[in-house]
Amino acid sequence: MIDPVTLAVMKGRLEQIADEMDATLFRSAFNPIIAEAHDASHGLYDPQTGDTLVQGKSGLPIFVGSNAFAVRAVIDKAARSGGMAEGDLYIFNDPYDGGTHLSDFRLVRPYYRDGELVCYLASVGHWHDVGGNVPGNYNPAATECFQEGMLIPPVKLYDRGIFRQDIVDILQSNSRQPGSLYGDLNGQLSALELGGRRLDALIDEYGVAIIREALVELRRRAEQLMRANIAELPDGTYSAEDWLDNDGIVDEPLRIALDLTIAGDRMTLDFSRSAKACQGPVNIARSTAVACCYVALKHVFTDVPANAGVLDPITFVIPEDSLLSVVAPKPVGGYTETILRIIDVVFSAIAQADPARSNGHAYGTINALSLAGHRADGRRWVMFSFFGGGHGGHPQGDGLNHGNAPISTATIPPLEILEAAYPIRFTQWALRPDSGGPGRSRGGLGAIYEIELLEKSGEAFLFGDRGRHPPKGIAGGADAAMNAFFFDTDTGEASPPMASKMVGIKLRQGQHVRIESPGGGGYGAPLERDPEQVARDVRLGYVSRGRAEVDYGVSIDPDLTLDRTATETLRSARAAS
Amino acid sequence: MSGRYVIGVDVGGTFTDVFILDQQTGTGEIRKVPSTRPDQSQGFLAGIRSGVDTVGAVATVVHGTTVGTNALLERRGAATGIITTAGFRDVLEMRRRDRPTTWGLWGQFEPVIPRDRRLEVPERVLADGSIHTPVDLDAVTAAAKRLLADGCEAVAVAFINAYANTANEEAALEAVRAVWPNEHVTGSHRILPEIREFERISTATLNAYLQPVVANYLQRLQDALRGDGFAGDVLIVQSNGGVMTVDTARRVPIRTALSGPAAGVIAGAHIATSAGFPNIVTCDMGGTSFDVSLVVDGQTALTPQTSIDFGMVVRQPMIEITTIGAGGGSIAWVDRGGLLQIGPESAGSDPGPVCYGLGNDRPTVTDANVVLGRINAERPIGGKLARLDVEAAKAAIETTVGKPLGLSVMAAAEAIIKVANSRMAGAIRLVSIERGHDPKSFVAMPFGGGGALHAGALIKEVGLAGALVPRFPGVTSALGCVIADMRHDFVRTINGLLDTVDIDAVDHEAAAFRDEGQALLDRAGVAFEGRETLVELDMSYLGQTHTVAVPLTIRDGDGGSDGLGIERDAVRAAFEARYREVYGRVLERLPIRVLNVRVTAVGRRPKFGLSILAPGADGSVEAAARGRRPVFVDGAWHDAAIFDRLALPVGAVIPGPAVLEQSDATIFVEPDLQAEVDRFGNLMVRRKEPS
Repeated sequence: MIDPVTLAVMKGRLEQIADEMDATLFRSAFNPIIAEAHDASHGLYDPQTGDTLVQGKSGLPIFVGSNAFAVRAVIDKAARSGGMAEGDLYIFNDPYDGGTHLSDFRLVRPYYRDGELVCYLASVGHWHDVGGNVPGNYNPAATECFQEGMLIPPVKLYDRGIFRQDIVDILQSNSRQPGSLYGDLNGQLSALELGGRRLDALIDEYGVAIIREALVELRRRAEQLMRANIAELPDGTYSAEDWLDNDGIVDEPLRIALDLTIAGDRMTLDFSRSAKACQGPVNIARSTAVACCYVALKHVFTDVPANAGVLDPITFVIPEDSLLSVVAPKPVGGYTETILRIIDVVFSAIAQADPARSNGHAYGTINALSLAGHRADGRRWVMFSFFGGGHGGHPQGDGLNHGNAPISTATIPPLEILEAAYPIRFTQWALRPDSGGPGRSRGGLGAIYEIELLEKSGEAFLFGDRGRHPPKGIAGGADAAMNAFFFDTDTGEASPPMASKMVGIKLRQGQHVRIESPGGGGYGAPLERDPEQVARDVRLGYVSRGRAEVDYGVSIDPDLTLDRTATETLRSARAAS
Repeated sequence: MSGRYVIGVDVGGTFTDVFILDQQTGTGEIRKVPSTRPDQSQGFLAGIRSGVDTVGAVATVVHGTTVGTNALLERRGAATGIITTAGFRDVLEMRRRDRPTTWGLWGQFEPVIPRDRRLEVPERVLADGSIHTPVDLDAVTAAAKRLLADGCEAVAVAFINAYANTANEEAALEAVRAVWPNEHVTGSHRILPEIREFERISTATLNAYLQPVVANYLQRLQDALRGDGFAGDVLIVQSNGGVMTVDTARRVPIRTALSGPAAGVIAGAHIATSAGFPNIVTCDMGGTSFDVSLVVDGQTALTPQTSIDFGMVVRQPMIEITTIGAGGGSIAWVDRGGLLQIGPESAGSDPGPVCYGLGNDRPTVTDANVVLGRINAERPIGGKLARLDVEAAKAAIETTVGKPLGLSVMAAAEAIIKVANSRMAGAIRLVSIERGHDPKSFVAMPFGGGGALHAGALIKEVGLAGALVPRFPGVTSALGCVIADMRHDFVRTINGLLDTVDIDAVDHEAAAFRDEGQALLDRAGVAFEGRETLVELDMSYLGQTHTVAVPLTIRDGDGGSDGLGIERDAVRAAFEARYREVYGRVLERLPIRVLNVRVTAVGRRPKFGLSILAPGADGSVEAAARGRRPVFVDGAWHDAAIFDRLALPVGAVIPGPAVLEQSDATIFVEPDLQAEVDRFGNLMVRRKEPS
């Protein structure tokens, strides 16, 4: 058996290879969603099952769980069509067969040594535009995947080392941004080449046998670590439910419900009580549901590695007719909203098992906004970005103001870069007062982003959620402010009829759109918050005087100082009621 | 230059290191005195006085300072305000919408300037440089007065798109200066006329935050020196490895953020190049971290940006130093999956390793070195403790690592070192192999007290040619101060397509920076051996957001109205060559973008010959021998020879296993390695010659 020292060394070496692949793509990518938002990931996968063996630390968290399914899809495809060969490299984006949504293109390369398959290397990245009805591909009106973009099943981009330019031609002619697509594809190929070179060197040094053994052993250790974590939670079943605003087509709330059972060192995640598959694009494939549970648990148990062994002690119950287990052609373009809700219910369920290990919900919506139009000279422009919000209060303190979504490590592009690239101007980029959920630890604040159109005309598309159901507080903490979206019309300011999703909003020069994003949920009872901290929140404009009194039972004088006597009166009256 | 001495001073957390170069006799001397806090200038002066008869005989004092670094890390900067564009006061706090850790959502962030000291004024510049709203100067004046009334000592004026047109920001700066009672006023475009508002505003804000602290410190220092009869120049080491005058440091103290470590790398480059090794990886092993930096062909690597802490972004050229959390104090533990881990938690220097006996009971890397016999328990370096507690270290390793892994104490101690070495090797790989360099053409240069204990293992693990241990590894930064060149960096955002950009305007922009840089060198009053102007463009394909730095060959004329001869076709060729070097391919038919122009003015300061540090001719290997001691390596005890390192003569070859000791460092030569003293007194550690 591999000795513990070599194993620890090997773990570091393999992780370094995956990290380096991430870095290569981030630096060379063309579209800001990869380059700035790091919506990409790389790793090493099991040669038989495709299970995750090692994955880069800087990639998008959601891909940590989902890439394994992508490699699996390629293994199956090869088995159906003549087998895998050295020098092959597959590309695809099929969300029902190992993908997530159509924007995420996956490249999978078998890695051979002396004619034997050692493992797979994979790269996934979110491309700027893959066709469909809406620039940027977040189409809240889609009822079939065909309205969301092109769907490519696993096909060979390299066939035994021969590059197939015809595949690239097909991809480019289906995108509004063919140059960006070409650049990102090249970045992903560079990353895979580099991963192969680094593996060559590692095997030169240690030999294939040690690497294989290490990969098996690392998986066993990952499982052991996860079991130890689960065993620390008290046995029992913990239930939580939450809602998506609607699916963008039918204006009815969709339930996401979880019954989480702990039995010794095993965990069952049962989503049976969740909504059935819906018409609009907030469905997800089963593999995506599993992957995002993994993300949620890794936020709670931060010490477990990115390795499939972590999922071994976990059983998933997801009925086939659920919106969490759809097949083609049900639309899945808005998968981010659904998986964020799954993460929220996992946090809520864990909080019941052990509040000290959980936190208030984060803002829970990606707010994918695209603004598009044509310039005076006829050139098309598409600005597409995700917007941030607050993180939940937690046992150690207040939630982070203006953070990124739990499924991602995305940074937001600088507004100066956006203004230099597109005919728009931000008129506000600010924290949103009173948006953090009240609690002993207050939820972090969401943000206000207001954008003015500088060209003659343009269109806006928004895909968000949390417009009708706020991010929840836990352990006695209160809910955060909900998402709000506004746009100028000739007759005044308006909001989308479906709250958080809308296509084809027409704008004229000088008109604005405004996102007011949710904060994070509170943690612990607001009445237990130190009045001095509340006074500071008011002084800094995080909380208004009115809300300080209503939510926290704290009285603040007009000169922004704390009125202790009035506060004591308020709080004891609250405690008595 | 009138005075006799050039003195380098590096103020660290524990010791103030002083290197005194006597230009008359051509000799160099080293002094180490305790650092003084909070006023570092006391220890500073004590160090200088201990080495020279009269301070009046000192020509130049060059200072690597951690005053700025510490003020940032400990958040002890001045009360500071921001005056910014209406609608954007939260840019500093909103960052780039990131979080401190990928996994776990329990992060927090407190900006150095609270929200009620970030005031907005009506003004707006658009991305194309046109003025949408002229700045309301009455509002600016009112904001400045409000910040003063609130007790602010410093202020930053930071407007959106100020990189594209500085007029509004300039006008506002003038209005603020009219009412501000001191010199601590920072304008964002003056610090960084570059696109990206958060990075620019953060850098400008941190500069303002440091201004009073650093300016007051430098004032005290200069006063104290003058009081002692000093009539020479004081120069300050910048994070980019160059020196600047005190006047510049008072204006842009943010450039001192990594002053101390930068000086060390500069010294490493000089020592190694003199010794015939222009390609090195410097390795600084401290209590909590291991810092590496790459020197290629004698040139240090620069990075355009760094984070001092989460959300504390400084965008200024800095020597690129990669840090991992594996130092002597890093704690070894076994996770619940049964994997041995080192760090990131550290016992630091207080309570420190278990063997210090100051209350820590979790084993550290240093404890493993003590148990293995590589550190002399009877003569600890640093001089604070009388002896180290080997038995306590053993017990801790046995309980925490040995039992859970089923290893003996000695095997467990060795496992800790192996895993720590592998993490350090990872850091070296990151800066060398991962940047496309062949490790065989590099040597490691360890500094600090502990680095040389691990250097041998590192060269084997990474495949480096050897390790070059400087004669005084504990005072490298002080040495670097004396060597560093004067350096001024400039940047301006162009953001145009290569095909259509007014290339002559770019050329003139660069020439103007060249002239400004030369003027700064002129005004410094320092004698230079030579001068140089370097020009780089940050470029990418259209659509990419990350750029590559493309160095240009320029015609370096006499200044004045001369351009630098920057031409479109040459720029394109340089970009494609550079892009291919970095990514292994160029992309056809895509437009190329020029984002920024960067100009660096360098004034070369005279270097001293390192032979002045060499050991005297009277030493011998026999006289340097200090007996023998058992050392545990590769599963067995070896009888290692012990030497007084500084007493070894030039040319001495010491075969491993051996331990070489000096007052501030320990060097371990593994059984399959040997160490040779070169003509400067450096020690070259490499594989044994096959016999």
